[in-house]
This record gives sequence, structure tokens and C-alpha cells, in this order.
Amino acid sequence: MIDTSPETTRRAFLVCSTGSAAALALGVAPAQATPESLDAAIKAVVGTARLRAGKVTLDLPPLVENGNTVPMTVSVDSPMTESDHVTAIHVFNEKNPQPHVMSATLGPRAGKAKVSVRIKLNDSQKVVAIAQTSAGEFWTASADVIVTLAACVEDPT
Amino acid sequence: MGHALVNVPASVKRGDAFEIKALIAHPMETGFRPGPNGVLLPRNIIQRFTCTYNGVEVFSLTLSPAIAANPYIAFFTVATESGSLTLRWTGDKDFMAEETVPITVTA
Repeated sequence: MIDTSPETTRRAFLVCSTGSAAALALGVAPAQATPESLDAAIKAVVGTARLRAGKVTLDLPPLVENGNTVPMTVSVDSPMTESDHVTAIHVFNEKNPQPHVMSATLGPRAGKAKVSVRIKLNDSQKVVAIAQTSAGEFWTASADVIVTLAACVEDPT
Repeated sequence: MGHALVNVPASVKRGDAFEIKALIAHPMETGFRPGPNGVLLPRNIIQRFTCTYNGVEVFSLTLSPAIAANPYIAFFTVATESGSLTLRWTGDKDFMAEETVPITVTA
């Protein structure tokens, strides 16, 4: 049924290693987000508004053994009332193939601005969380994560 | 389609925020990995998750390939009245899963 532990079989490893070798031989660099594309993705959300550090807590383990499933919790310090609440929480990363990780839409009915998901991390990198409030303010927090086994390098089947 | 597990408290006091934990079986294939023949596996992810409380949307999430396989999503909502929560996952290849759980609100 639901099994989140990917097992590396010998076959999967061989498939994966030959795949990467082929990619290297062809000189095809795998697509990867860069700090620039991270900035661009953040700018697309924030626009010209001011981005301030604080209020957001980004919970990620500092050392990750398996980049395929990394538990992440984002919480925002907000009263979550009709007049003052968090409207959205966005998460971005620096080195996965795409900078976008998730965007959550919340409202005063959430009661508590806290979202947990499990994410994939392709490399040791910086993860950025941004919260948008009903007042139009943007708050941010970031976390640096060291990943020992990167996601996307093996076939979990 | 799909196996989903949803966890909510048995009963909640009116006005309290309670946590909803949802887990669904899905490969979340990124579209960036080569398959056994060296060709990239096509992307197959859940793109969107929504939760409605008695018909009103209280939470939604846009997912990306960076969400781990078998997505686990936990979030909060305030107990207003007894009724049901409907969680819906939609994604690539016309993926659609829906789960409805009852919620009992006490005074």
C-alpha cells in the first residue's frame, strides 16, 4: 500500500549509474535551478514589495540522509484573524531542477498558519519560505540543508 | 483511484484549530529522471490539493515535482460546526482522488 522507503536494488543502481554516465558522455547537463532562478521565482511572487526576515519558521533537518523524503514544516507567527492573517505560504529551493516547491493558500479559517509536507532535495542547498499576509506584507525565512543522498539519482521502483 | 489516508481528531471543540493529516499513494514522478532505457520518464505528479469544510474551501496547496512521493500534507483549520471535510487531489494523467471524512464539533 503506502510505502515511502525507496529501496535501492542492484538493478536500479545500475540503471541509474548508466543513465548518468550516458548523460555525461553526451555532455548533457541536467537542468538545475540556480541562485538566479531562485531569485527570479521569488521576485515573481513578491514583486516590488519589501521582503523582510522574521515571523516565519522553517523547520528542516540540518542534515538529511535521504533527499527523497525530507520532512518540512513551515509555520508563521500570525493571529489568523479576519483582519490579520496569512494568505499564502510559498517555498522555494536553490538547486532542484525547478525553484518552486509548493504554494499553500490559507485564510482566517485556517486558525493556525502551519503547513507540513515532505519534499525532495537534489543537493545540499538553501530552502526559502515566504509568507504573504492579508496586509500585503512578505516575511521570509531560510534554512541550509546538507543532503548526503540526493533525490532524483535513482529509480525507486 | 489511489489510496488515501486522512487523520482528523474524533471530536473538536468549537473555535479550536485542529490538524488534518493527509497521505496519498502516488509516485510523484518528476519528469527529470531517466528510465531503464535512458529516456526521461514523463512527469506524473499531483498538481493540486484542496480541502473544503462543509463546501467552503479552507486550504489549498499547489504541488511541484519537488514534493516527495506519496505526498503527506498536514495543515490546520478552525472547527466551526459538525459536518464533513472533503479532500481532493488532482494531477497529471487526469489523476483525481477524493476523500471525505466526518468531523464532530462539540460546544
